Amino acid sequence: MSRPARTLETIAAWLLGLLWALPLAYAVWTAFHPAQYSTRFVPWAPLTLANFAKAWDAAPFARYFINTTLLVTLILAAQLVLCTLAAYAFARFSFRGHEIAFLLVLVQLMIMPDVLIVENYRTMSRLGILDTLSAIGLPYMASAFGIFLLRQTFKTVPKELDEAARVEGAGMLEVLWKVYVPLARPVYLAYALVSISYHWNNFLWPLIVTNSVSSRPLTVGLQVFSSGDQGIDWSIITAATLMTSAPLLVGFLLFQRQFVQSFMRAGIR
Amino acid sequence: MTTRSSVNLQGWLLLLPAAVLLVTFTHYPTVATLYHSFFSTAKPGRPSAWIGADNYRTMVEDPVFWQVLGNNVWFALGTIPASIALAILMAVWVNAKIAGRGLLRLSFFTPTVLPMIAVANIWLFFYTPGYGLLEQITALFGLPSHNWLGSRSTALPCLIVVTVWKEAGFFMIFYLAALQSVSPHLHEAAALMGAGRWYFFRRVTFPLLMPTTLFVLINAIINSFRLVDHIVVMTKGGPDNATALLLYYIYDVGFKFWDAGYAAALTLVLLVILAAFAIGQFLFLDRRVHYQ
Repeated sequence: MSRPARTLETIAAWLLGLLWALPLAYAVWTAFHPAQYSTRFVPWAPLTLANFAKAWDAAPFARYFINTTLLVTLILAAQLVLCTLAAYAFARFSFRGHEIAFLLVLVQLMIMPDVLIVENYRTMSRLGILDTLSAIGLPYMASAFGIFLLRQTFKTVPKELDEAARVEGAGMLEVLWKVYVPLARPVYLAYALVSISYHWNNFLWPLIVTNSVSSRPLTVGLQVFSSGDQGIDWSIITAATLMTSAPLLVGFLLFQRQFVQSFMRAGIR
Repeated sequence: MTTRSSVNLQGWLLLLPAAVLLVTFTHYPTVATLYHSFFSTAKPGRPSAWIGADNYRTMVEDPVFWQVLGNNVWFALGTIPASIALAILMAVWVNAKIAGRGLLRLSFFTPTVLPMIAVANIWLFFYTPGYGLLEQITALFGLPSHNWLGSRSTALPCLIVVTVWKEAGFFMIFYLAALQSVSPHLHEAAALMGAGRWYFFRRVTFPLLMPTTLFVLINAIINSFRLVDHIVVMTKGGPDNATALLLYYIYDVGFKFWDAGYAAALTLVLLVILAAFAIGQFLFLDRRVHYQ
């Protein structure tokens, strides 16, 4: 290819890159400057953290952070245990009805809890657990996606390893724990990253089942805060927005490669 | 040697915990949606009663339902081809030996990590009439002020732009993975035969990316029916339902008007749409195995 064409293409790529970075850069500018500079882009505008401080004081963000952290941990822990057991069953036990059972599991890949909001709300209300972290997490704990991903991985483990462990007298769960789980470590990491970012960001279902500070996750807390009509200014809302996304964003910047690879591994199934 | 019945028992015991939750929160609600869609919504002094297909009759005659369905089709048509085309372009650039490609990849992929609700807040400010960045740019060119999210003609396109911005980078990584598996020998062979770059892309790269495109396509379609966070933040379905998508309408009917019966009927439509794509994907996966 000719040199001018190559240069032109590089410029085009950079323009698109700048365009893509612009909204976030704009948010960062607004959050770190006093309100009067939020749309005046002068290089000597004074930097400030006051917007973050004001946002932090204006709503119980500390509580929201705790709620989201607990929620994400709870869901991930349950997912890892339940999906590991189920995946092991599908990978190594040809029990009666395993084919139909597997198809029924896969149904959840298409009909996700995200769309069954009306009936699941009814169930939570009947269980009497509305407005709790369990109500937010329960529909996601048995994840078809996790079961599928781990089953594929467990199937690649040589049967001889399994048999050798059994000959040495290891029980079923011991084999799972000592042979299968260690070999699937990269898959667990990929799944965990995807799960954490999904549930840190999840919004609609938590919005529906929560209505108090004690159970609201960050996303819902942010929405309650920014839609409150007490005339909060944009600098503070933007600061709150960046604050709630910061842990994921920082994690992503530090572990870019792992994130990209995890999303890739988890996506191509 | 383990016996047949102990294999059955062990298998089902391992599956049991996940199965209980799946049945309670996926299979039961799916069936219950169908069942409850034949009932009226309970009101004070009037319990829920069997009303046959009345909810569906209401739906057929509900202009908002048809509008919402149409919105969803436009939303899908607006977001999917654009984000796939951009994703391919980004992947090709990031895969080439372009200066600063690490930064480019970072810029393209970062929106994927942000919560949709945060993205919506940032863009809400961007679109603010008279004050937001977009208005400032259009004012530079002497254009009149315009309420981008408040007028019927521009509100949905504005949401489409936000969604493309959020999703293109996500799809990019699947194309990047696919491109990295394209053999460099193909490039050399094509160069020897004097094939141009565009010709090579059209006749070699793009066909090789086909399985990825189908995979991304299914994902994008599901997302266009599943994700409504940005609508809650940015427009609440307005103005005049111009930006309400099907799931958002279900949320409105079910949790603002508290009409559970009608919401169940609407949910069933959504489930049928998703099931249709599920069957489509099943057939596609079948075909892909043959091509390999």
